[in-house]
Amino acid sequence: MLKQTEGSRAVAEAVALCRPEVICAYPISPQTHIVEALGESVKDGTLTSCEFINVESEFAAMSVAIGASAAGARSYTATASQGLLFMAEAVYNASGLGLPIVMTLANRAIGAPINIWNDHSDAMSMRDSGWLQLFAETNQEAVDLHIQAFRLGEELSMPVMVCMDGFILTHAYERVDMPSQAQVDAYLPPYVPRQVLDPAAPVSIGAMVGPETFMEVRYLAHAKQMQALERIPQLAAEFKQIFGRDSGGLTHTYQAEGAETMVVAMGSVLGTIKDVVDEMRADGHAIGVLGITSYRPFPLTAVRAALKSAKRVVILEKSLAVGIGGILSTDVRMALSGLHLHGYTVIAGLGGRSITKKSLHGLFRQAEQDALEHTTFLDLDWNIVNKQLERERQTRHSGPVAENLLRDQGVVAAKIG
Amino acid sequence: MFQVRIHGRGGQGVVTAAEMLSAAAFDEGRHAQAFPSFGSERTGAPVVAFCRIDDREIRLREPVMEPDALIIQDPTLLHQVDVFSGLKRGGYILINTGKSFAELGLGDYVRDWPAERLCTVPATEIALRHVARPMPNVPLLAGFAAMSGLIRLESVCKAIEERFAAKLAAANIAAAEEAYRIVKDEVKETLHA
Repeated sequence: MLKQTEGSRAVAEAVALCRPEVICAYPISPQTHIVEALGESVKDGTLTSCEFINVESEFAAMSVAIGASAAGARSYTATASQGLLFMAEAVYNASGLGLPIVMTLANRAIGAPINIWNDHSDAMSMRDSGWLQLFAETNQEAVDLHIQAFRLGEELSMPVMVCMDGFILTHAYERVDMPSQAQVDAYLPPYVPRQVLDPAAPVSIGAMVGPETFMEVRYLAHAKQMQALERIPQLAAEFKQIFGRDSGGLTHTYQAEGAETMVVAMGSVLGTIKDVVDEMRADGHAIGVLGITSYRPFPLTAVRAALKSAKRVVILEKSLAVGIGGILSTDVRMALSGLHLHGYTVIAGLGGRSITKKSLHGLFRQAEQDALEHTTFLDLDWNIVNKQLERERQTRHSGPVAENLLRDQGVVAAKIG
Repeated sequence: MFQVRIHGRGGQGVVTAAEMLSAAAFDEGRHAQAFPSFGSERTGAPVVAFCRIDDREIRLREPVMEPDALIIQDPTLLHQVDVFSGLKRGGYILINTGKSFAELGLGDYVRDWPAERLCTVPATEIALRHVARPMPNVPLLAGFAAMSGLIRLESVCKAIEERFAAKLAAANIAAAEEAYRIVKDEVKETLHA
């Protein structure tokens, strides 16, 4: 049924339709509305057979999810930013133990400096944790990916993180086609665990593993993600049969035919990029888009196939690996190894910096002329950067960077963009 | 695509207004996207919310930097925030005030504007009368419907009913109807003048 609703509420409804049995939550912006809404539905009785557990920290949230999942319950939690970092050890444990927990990550920057706004730093910090990571472009896709995530994770017995841009998606009201309970039930069978803590048939989960077997356990986790590369497109196709729409999959291309310049990105910024690409196509520019939905596992083959005919690739990412540059770029470039094409990394939108059509038009035109640097920081305010660098040259006691920059910047409340 | 920017202060229901506007447009079969300015909202701090309305899917995720219409929920912002930033020439402006544009010191800015696109409505007073709370958002939304014709009053009322419990909804609908009438009369007067 079509409805106009907030992204967080839509995701909460979708999760409820998946019949979770344990939800544990600790509030952190911009994820809070999701678990609030789920808490309400447990309390008012619309979500039955589900225990909602308020915990004292994110570390506890993931630990409770691990315990619940090991006991055979379909388990869900959500977090963002420092919350994910705080649960990091348990995040690795969930995947290391092969427990199919589903977690929403309402993508947000990581401090310091503290910042509640959107970028992909949090997701990237856990890219090697063994979790599958799927990125939603719209709230519709966020809804659909959660349903697919439970199916995928439980089949493989691996946890899945559904990443949706904080505020930009979580707090956006837009049209969403909410699935029916019957549709979700037809797609998602009840959870049958591969391993379960049961007093009637005692087992231990979480053995210490020495050098003789550790590599094999790790390899099996990798093998499961390689299996996921095959299953993700199949599950998206099955999803389409029941729900009638394309959602999920490994990657999506847009206006890619004959494109000399291909732009690669993840998440909600793809919408803005597509608008720019349509306008540039209308002006005769040969430009297209590759959206990556599955970041882990990373679809090397699909990415290579989508990009190999282009002359240049612009990888626009909301994350920065300090000391090297791009993170998504590193993976995309690996997919392109041996191919002779220009590759440009663009770091954009960190800490919620708006990524505007205007800036993208300029950027893509520069790329077309191969006038971009290897790594570009979109809309970076060089005045402020240079002022601070000069300050540090002038005096040893230059003071805290963030505070200096805020002072240089002046009042920000008066700005709109 | 029609883009609206709503300025107000934390606690005035600015974000709710944008969401309800999107719900009203959705109810009329249109695509709509509402979102806040993503600030850490505090009571009294300047807050911005946006709403886009179109006949096809809205993919754009940038803030509304060149609005077709402005709704200003708190006239004290006029001297604090660059509320007019990027406003299209001749765009709609609706301000929560009992004063005129000239009295607000905006006479020069709107000199060439079509008069029917410049409206004011004492939304806080109307809200206090009907809802007993200084929440100007709903009357302004109804005023915007009257000024722009972009959405119908009935759709605004439906959005109100979806948002609020029965008793509060009825009071808000009464406030909406009064604000709608006031702005409709204002527009009529300017067109006949």
